[in-house]
Amino acid sequence: MTIPSDTQLREILVDMVTARTQSGRLWNLQRQGQVGTVAPIDGHEATIVAAAHALDTDHDWVVPQYREPLALRRYGPEILERFMLYCLGHPAGGHIPDPIRVLPNQISLGTQIPHAVGIAWGMVLRSEPGIALVFFGDGSSSEGDFYEAGNLAGVLNAPVVMVCVNNQWAISTPVHLQTAAESFADKAAGFGIPGVKVDGNDAAAVYDAVDEARKHALAGKGPTLIEAVIYRLGAHTTADDPTRYVPPEDLEAARRDDPVLRLSSQLRSLGLWDDAAQQETEAVALELLDRAVEEARSAPLAADALLDHCLSADTQRLARQRSQLLGTHSTEAGDHA
Amino acid sequence: MPDTFNGGGVSDLTMLQAINEVLHAEMARDDRVVVLGEDVARNGGVFRATEGLYEKFGEQRVVDTPISEAVIAGATVGLAIAGLVPVAEIQFLGFSYQAMHQLAGQVARLRYRTQGRYDPSITIRAPFGGGVRTPELHSDSLEAQFANVAGLKVVMPATASDAKGLLASSIRDPDPVLFLEPLRGYRGIRGDVPDGDHLVPLGVARTARDGDDVVIITWSYQVELACRAADSLRSEGLSVRVLDLRSIVPLDIEAVTEAVSHCGRAVVVQESCETGGFASEVIATINDECFWSLEAPVTRVSGYDVPYPVGMLEDLYVPDEARIIAAVRRTLESG
Repeated sequence: MTIPSDTQLREILVDMVTARTQSGRLWNLQRQGQVGTVAPIDGHEATIVAAAHALDTDHDWVVPQYREPLALRRYGPEILERFMLYCLGHPAGGHIPDPIRVLPNQISLGTQIPHAVGIAWGMVLRSEPGIALVFFGDGSSSEGDFYEAGNLAGVLNAPVVMVCVNNQWAISTPVHLQTAAESFADKAAGFGIPGVKVDGNDAAAVYDAVDEARKHALAGKGPTLIEAVIYRLGAHTTADDPTRYVPPEDLEAARRDDPVLRLSSQLRSLGLWDDAAQQETEAVALELLDRAVEEARSAPLAADALLDHCLSADTQRLARQRSQLLGTHSTEAGDHA
Repeated sequence: MPDTFNGGGVSDLTMLQAINEVLHAEMARDDRVVVLGEDVARNGGVFRATEGLYEKFGEQRVVDTPISEAVIAGATVGLAIAGLVPVAEIQFLGFSYQAMHQLAGQVARLRYRTQGRYDPSITIRAPFGGGVRTPELHSDSLEAQFANVAGLKVVMPATASDAKGLLASSIRDPDPVLFLEPLRGYRGIRGDVPDGDHLVPLGVARTARDGDDVVIITWSYQVELACRAADSLRSEGLSVRVLDLRSIVPLDIEAVTEAVSHCGRAVVVQESCETGGFASEVIATINDECFWSLEAPVTRVSGYDVPYPVGMLEDLYVPDEARIIAAVRRTLESG
């Protein structure tokens, strides 16, 4: 059992409050038409932040789904900067610079799980010390990729930690329509790997579970499936209206177990948090986000950026298309028309 | 640029032997190269394309996977991110449907969606094509479906020498390559293959037969049939050129343009269904680049718009020498 120190817990809370605050601002920016679709973080903070804090950022990879970036600031300020580019629709938003070991958002559900297994496998082949931690939701666990990747991870004994963030909802579909299994952690049995169910609103418990799984993997003992049980406190995305399907009494009960309130109450009782700390953290979070949005807005975009980085070099076809895009191409047929 | 960088010796090899040889050579040359797939290690592949690799390079670098096409393809993304050069085998191209979301949705997009952070040096090998009486979904020519996937190169050799040179280039290429090997060619195509290091650049077509009256444009095993047709027509005094595309992505637009402009007449041959096949793309390219040099409409020879059929119907489906010759005659007689 590894309990994070008070200092670590405070750092985790700062990141959780920051993520919650920035997510709220992003929601408003989306409503103002300034950014694209946003998936709010509310309810996911303890799981994602504490997991990131249990990792060695120099060696361990994070392979996210799409709700995680605001909670991954432990991997550096570039995560927020790139995420704002991403939210604005700038192509550079997908380029998280070397050597940061975080992949960009994955919209195709569950497809990142095989990637994480491949990274973990590759690190073993290259004798690199490190693991790959992959986030996915309860809904994504119904995808074939979850089963194929979990199975291969087990067979290869790959150092991968699979974190199923069970927030009870896949947009409008509740977990009992997602699986007949008792728990998502139970699915580990089919892969021949350990499965752990953890209270995802308890930052210390998540930290401990990830730390254990990480040590297990680094010791050559293979993958772990962790189910972090939480409740999605907000909408699926800015395009969703959860009042159509979330029972209000369930949401009310979940709000009483809000992970941010839980950890801040705990730290307040220890004298490690107070209103001033809360306000300062929120103010810094907003300043960082607003600055990142401003910088993203002024990021340069080449006239033919559309065609860059599709292949390592233009084919004859892409070269023709680049000329057309830049208005410098005349077709053979056009010459004769 | 010369195709060959070697000492000058050649060996007579089947296409399968050439593929096996280059896999050995590339694994020896670059210790980042890993081979993965179903039955590729202990069994050396169901066609023996990977024979001897497991014994020579060991279980870390030559890996039998579970029967999981999606994660075979998906894991290559992670392996490439981790700095390796994966060479994966999909046992038959028809099974790639079970990996399509990873091949088209992930492998092909890795460079673009990360804006060049990662070099997806990924090669996916898969046998395909008809004529060998396989069970269902073993023979389908799906190349056009992959040509329609931006970010993926689709390489389709027609000779043993090209199988070696193009596979070496594919493995060394920084972009993801789908390398398609014709089932009928594995043992049915053989020829002189340069010894030692032999690279054929991707995207440079090959003139398989010289000629002036009409050009047959095709790829993979159909090049063999087109050459037989050209040789047969030559005895009647007809001068038929055969252009082997070698890769459909990248497409050698300049070579197509040059050949069609020179001959003025063209036949495009493909083994896939007619509708939406890659022949349509070749013909559209001819329209774009050299329509006014045509003396007759371009003719297309294809499979039919039905699923790849069972054995008793197979020979009706797959284009053969007679259908190619008939198409050439039609093209020469019209316009």
